[in-house]
This record gives sequence, C-alpha cells and structure tokens, in this order.
Amino acid sequence: MPPLIEALTLHKSFSHTRAVAGVSLRVDGGEAYGLVGPDGAGKTTLLRLLVGALDADSGTAQINGYDVARQTELARQHIGYLAQRFSLYGDLTVLENLRFFGEVRGLGEARVKARAEELLRFVGLAGFESRRADALSGGMKQKLGLACALIHEPKVLLLDEPTTGVDPVTRQDFWQLLIRVLAQGTAVVVSTPYMDEAARCNRIGFMHSGRLLVEGTPRELAAMLNGRVLELIAQPKDRARRVAQADPAVEDVLTFGDRFHLRVAEPAGPLARLPAALAEAGVTVTRLRAIPPSLEDVFISLLAQPDGK
Amino acid sequence: MLNTRLLSLIRKEFIQISRDPRTLVLVIVIPVMQLFLLGYAATHDVRNVPLAVFNQDRGPEARALLDAYRAADYFRLAFDAGSEAELRRLIGEGRARVGLIIPPDYGTQLQRGAAQVAFILDGSDPTVASTALAAAQLIGQAHGTQILAERLAARGVALSLTPPVEVRTQVWYNPDLEAAHFMVPGVIGMILYALTSLLTATAIVRERERGTIEQLIVTPIRPWELIVGKMLPYVSLALFNTVEVLAIGAWWFGVPVRGDLWLILGISVIFLMTSLGIGLFASTVAHTQQEAMLTVWMTLLPSIFLSGFFFPLEAMPQVLQWLSYAMPLRYYLSIIRSLLLKGVGFAEIQGDVLALTVFGLVIMTAAVVRFRKRLD
Ligand SMILES: Nc1ncnc2c1ncn2[C@@H]1O[C@H](COP(=O)(O)OP(=O)(O)OP(=O)(O)O)[C@@H](O)[C@H]1O
Ligand SMILES: [Mg+2]
Repeated sequence: MPPLIEALTLHKSFSHTRAVAGVSLRVDGGEAYGLVGPDGAGKTTLLRLLVGALDADSGTAQINGYDVARQTELARQHIGYLAQRFSLYGDLTVLENLRFFGEVRGLGEARVKARAEELLRFVGLAGFESRRADALSGGMKQKLGLACALIHEPKVLLLDEPTTGVDPVTRQDFWQLLIRVLAQGTAVVVSTPYMDEAARCNRIGFMHSGRLLVEGTPRELAAMLNGRVLELIAQPKDRARRVAQADPAVEDVLTFGDRFHLRVAEPAGPLARLPAALAEAGVTVTRLRAIPPSLEDVFISLLAQPDGK
Repeated sequence: MLNTRLLSLIRKEFIQISRDPRTLVLVIVIPVMQLFLLGYAATHDVRNVPLAVFNQDRGPEARALLDAYRAADYFRLAFDAGSEAELRRLIGEGRARVGLIIPPDYGTQLQRGAAQVAFILDGSDPTVASTALAAAQLIGQAHGTQILAERLAARGVALSLTPPVEVRTQVWYNPDLEAAHFMVPGVIGMILYALTSLLTATAIVRERERGTIEQLIVTPIRPWELIVGKMLPYVSLALFNTVEVLAIGAWWFGVPVRGDLWLILGISVIFLMTSLGIGLFASTVAHTQQEAMLTVWMTLLPSIFLSGFFFPLEAMPQVLQWLSYAMPLRYYLSIIRSLLLKGVGFAEIQGDVLALTVFGLVIMTAAVVRFRKRLD
C-alpha cells in the first residue's frame, strides 16, 4: 500500500525567507506524525504545502496517491485540515459550520445531519449546536475545528498546533479523540510546541529553518543522547550552575524547574569531578546521576548544532 | 450549474449577511437614505429665497411692489431692515440671500414717470443667485407692465398685454425640471456600482482577514464556484435595491418609469458585471476589508464625477467629456435615464448597451484571471 502522505523535496520561499527547504515526508495510515520545531521553523508552511493552500516552488506532494498541485480537488477530498489560526465562521453556529463544511464536500443533507450529530457527540459539543462559533471557548473552538475537519471522514488529517492555548484537561481530551481517529486508519500529521504531545506520536520530525533535521520514533530520538544527560539537584542554584558550566565535559546546562539537566560529552568524567567541585564552592548536592534523556534535551541539543550531528 | 457546493456557499453568505448589522445597514438603509438625500437636498429648484427689504417709502406704491414679490413663491419676505447697513449685515451673515432697497421717493418718482429700486444678490451660490436674479427681473417687469396698463386704462386706452413675439419653451421628459427625476436613475446607478463592488470586495476579503479562507481553500470548492457563490447573493441584493429605489422613486418622487422594467433589470445585470469585476479585482489586491474599501473607492471616485452623476456631462470641459467615455457608469446612467424618463426601446440604447457589455466582460475577465484559490 502506498503511503497516504508522501512529500518529496518540497521547497517554498517567501521573498527573503526560505520557509521550507527540501522537506521529504512519508506518513502511513494509522500513524501519527509529530512536527516539532521552534517558531518560524516552517511547520505551518509545510502543512499548507501538503493541503495545497500554497503552491510549492519545487518538489511534489501526494495525498492518497493524488498530486496536490495537479489533482488538487481530488487530493482535497481526502484531507481534513485544522489551521493554526481559528478559521471557521464565527458568525455561524456550531451546527451551521459543520453543515457548511459537510455540504461543500458533497455530503448529502441526511449524511451531513447524521455525521454532525455523531461528531458533536464525539468531540463533546452535543448541546452546543446553536451556539455561534465566536462564543465558544478556545478549547471548544478547536474541537469544533476537529469535527469540521473530520466531517467527510478524510484519510488524512493535518492539524496545525491544535492544542496551543488550550487548557491541559481539554488537551488530554483532544488526544483521546486523536487516538480514536488513528485507530480508524487515518494518517495524522500534527504540529505541536509541546514535547509531551510529540512523545505521543508514532514518529517525530524535528524542523528547523525550513528543514527536517532528524526524524524517528520518540525512543529513537531520545536515544541520540543516551548516556549524555545528567540530572543535578543542588543549592544554591546559581552557584551550582556556574560550577557545572565550568566542567570541560559539560556542553549545556538546562533548567527544568528545581533541577538541572547537564548535557555532557561523556558521563564518567563529570560524575567523578563534579561532587568535589560543587562541595568546594559551598553547594549542597541533593542528587547527581545519569538519566534517560528527554525529547526536550534532544531538541535543545539539535538547536545548539542545527546541522544535525 | 447550481450544485450542492454552490448552494451551500450561497446559503452561508446569506446567513452571514443577515447577521452582520453593518452589511444590513448598507443594503437596506443606505440606498433609501441616498435616494431621499439626493432627491431633496441636491435639488436645484430655487424656492423661498430669504429676502430682506429696506423700505424707505411706506406709501401704497411700495406696498404694491412688495406684494408682487410676495405673490411669487421664489422669495420669502424674511426681514424688514431698518437701514441699509442692517440689510448689508443680514446678507453678509447669510441670513438673507437677496435684498431689496426701496428709495424714500419711490412713490413720487413713480407718479412722475419712472422709479428705481435696488436689488442686491449674494452671489456665493451661483445657482441660487442666477435663478433669483431672473425671478427678480421677471417680477419687476411684470409689475412694471401692470402699472403701465393700469395707467393707460385710466386714460381710457385698453392695452392687450400680449407681446408681439412669444417664445414658448417646452421641456420634454422632465417638464417640471425636478431634480429627483435626474437623481433617481443616478442613485440606482450608484447602488449597482458602488454598493455592489464594495460589498463583493469586502465579502471576499473578509474570508482572508478572518482566516476562514484557509479552511475554505482546502475544501473541494472550485475557484469559479467560490466566485459565483460570492457574487450571486450580492447580485440579488443589488436587483432588490434597484426595484426598491425604482418603487420609491415612482411613488414618492413621481419619477416616471416609462421603459420596460425587464429591460431595465436586464441591463442592470449587464452593468453588474463591471461592479462585481471591480469588487473581485480589489479583493485580489487587498488583504484587509479597509484596504479593499479604499481600493474600490479609488476606482469609483473618478468614474462617479466623470459619469454625469452629479454634473451634467455637457457642462464639463471637452477633455473630461472624452474621458467620460472610459467610465462604464456613464453608459449605464445614460441608458437608465433614457429608459426611465423617455421610455425608449432597445433600439435607441443598443450602442450604450454594447459598450457596457464590453466593459463588463473585460473587467470581469481580468479579475477572474487574477483570482486564485490560494493563500499567497
Ligand atoms: N505568507 C508569508 N509571507 C512571508 N513570509 C512567510 C509567510 N508565511 C510564513 N512566512 C515565513 O516563513 C517562515 C516559516 O513560517 P511558518 O509559519 O511556516 O513557521 P511555523 O513553524 O509554523 O512557526 P510558528 O510556530 O510560529 O507557527 C517564517 O520565517 C515566516 O516568517
Ligand atoms: Mg505555525
């Protein structure tokens, strides 16, 4: 079976910005692909190229085997898309929005009605049918967006930061919904600034300056820094940080709440040297140990050396 | 041609129109307001011009002269000035537009033979001034002739007051020269032109401004469906407004609708191609509704002045008259005025209709070619 999403060396520039610079991507049915990267990395542009909202300068994108540039409308029949910015009609009601997006995708009246009812229950908006979309809360808007994107049972679902600005409980709900969509064999691409969300994906692509720097399962990506992250809990913190940074094997010191993550070239040296150095500086060490790296550690290390490894 | 996608686009647009107070005001109130404002305020008929009189002769002859002025409804005896200085002040302040000075010896002079009075005009509004001047002279002459006739009669000479030569003027099509008759067709032209292109442009740009275009783009709606679905609602509104303004014009202002109503509507649809085209074009240039409105207005303004909407084309310098041939509105106004006031048939207007069609097709094609269902 061909992949549901297949992009080959997509390029897109805006006057002076190379927003997407040679991205290739394959996503199969039932797979969730997480797109992470800092602001301006090109995530939105990449998704817009995949849905054909923008024309690529070069490269091709296929959705379910249809070329997005040449068989645009055919390809779009299989796409559900939730834009980063709220893009439903605020002056229409919840039901009117669903109905509109269902009908313009060629669903008959009865079908739209049944689907709308089903989806509203699915996303938890039953009872809000006649509320104007503008009057919904942020999380409800995103759920309505998801419902509208799913109304025609697309094979491909593209979500651009669907949970940004949404409360944690609703985020949790949202992911439960996605898991059920995935179970139906839909290919999902989701861009997200949240690492915990990225970790839920089957595969993650890390994007920076228009390029996909690395790609892999969360486990594979985390393994890139295996044995190279130390956790340090110590007081006083600013002195502890200064001492840690001074160690020749320590590449970076990140603050995670009450603790530091030290990225090291190799763990043995610092583990041997740091306790004495910290004690000498009058720092009380609660904990110093090697830990399995988090995705965040990996991405920050990639940002520090953006040419990959 | 009317498929589900198109129908749902049209229905969506109507729901949005019905919920947008601004568009509703534009569509329902503005045309009627424009009609009444222009029908009344822009009227060139001069009536009841305030007149200040400095009457230094309180005799019966002077009173007879004033009665003659009072009898014609051109003037209203608004002030009885006590001095020439006061009369000057009244005119200077604009409270009176014309002044009449009757000398102290008016009665005696008249009995002796001929008398003179002074008539003073505020020339700052030329239309009022020239009409008032003509009226004042006419009233003076008539009064003079009457005095002459009375005198001759007193001497036993019967005088026929018929002058030897008389030029009888007859005004066709708009016999009372009522401004409303000139303005109602103009207002219809403005609705079809300005209102429709503004509404179309903002309706499309609104999707971009609010970001809804991004969701619309990824639906299988074809570009032509998007264009037609955006335009049809505003075409129907424009035609509704046309009939509305025609009805009010006919019933309230007594504007004759002599031509065939269906011909009027048919030609209006042809003309709408131009306004829709301008609206669509503006929407491809602008990113916000404000920009769209500005773009449309910049396109519209010259054509409004150069189309004979406010000023008769014949009164404009030759160069501007030539330029006016480049303005689609010119042809439409000329057609609609002929149709309404003269009741001509298709044969008399086909040249203008052809010009209108060519303009419409060219502008619409240019706009459609520029329009793309993409984000950039
Ligand atoms: N329409 C546009 N015109 C000009 N430049 C653009 C346009 N869209 C995006 N860009 C630029 O392209 C680059 C990538 O933008 P993009 O929106 O794709 O990034 P992103 O990863 O989605 O960022 P964010 O996390 O802020 O949403 C940025 O530098 C942006 O300024
Ligand atoms: Mg983005």
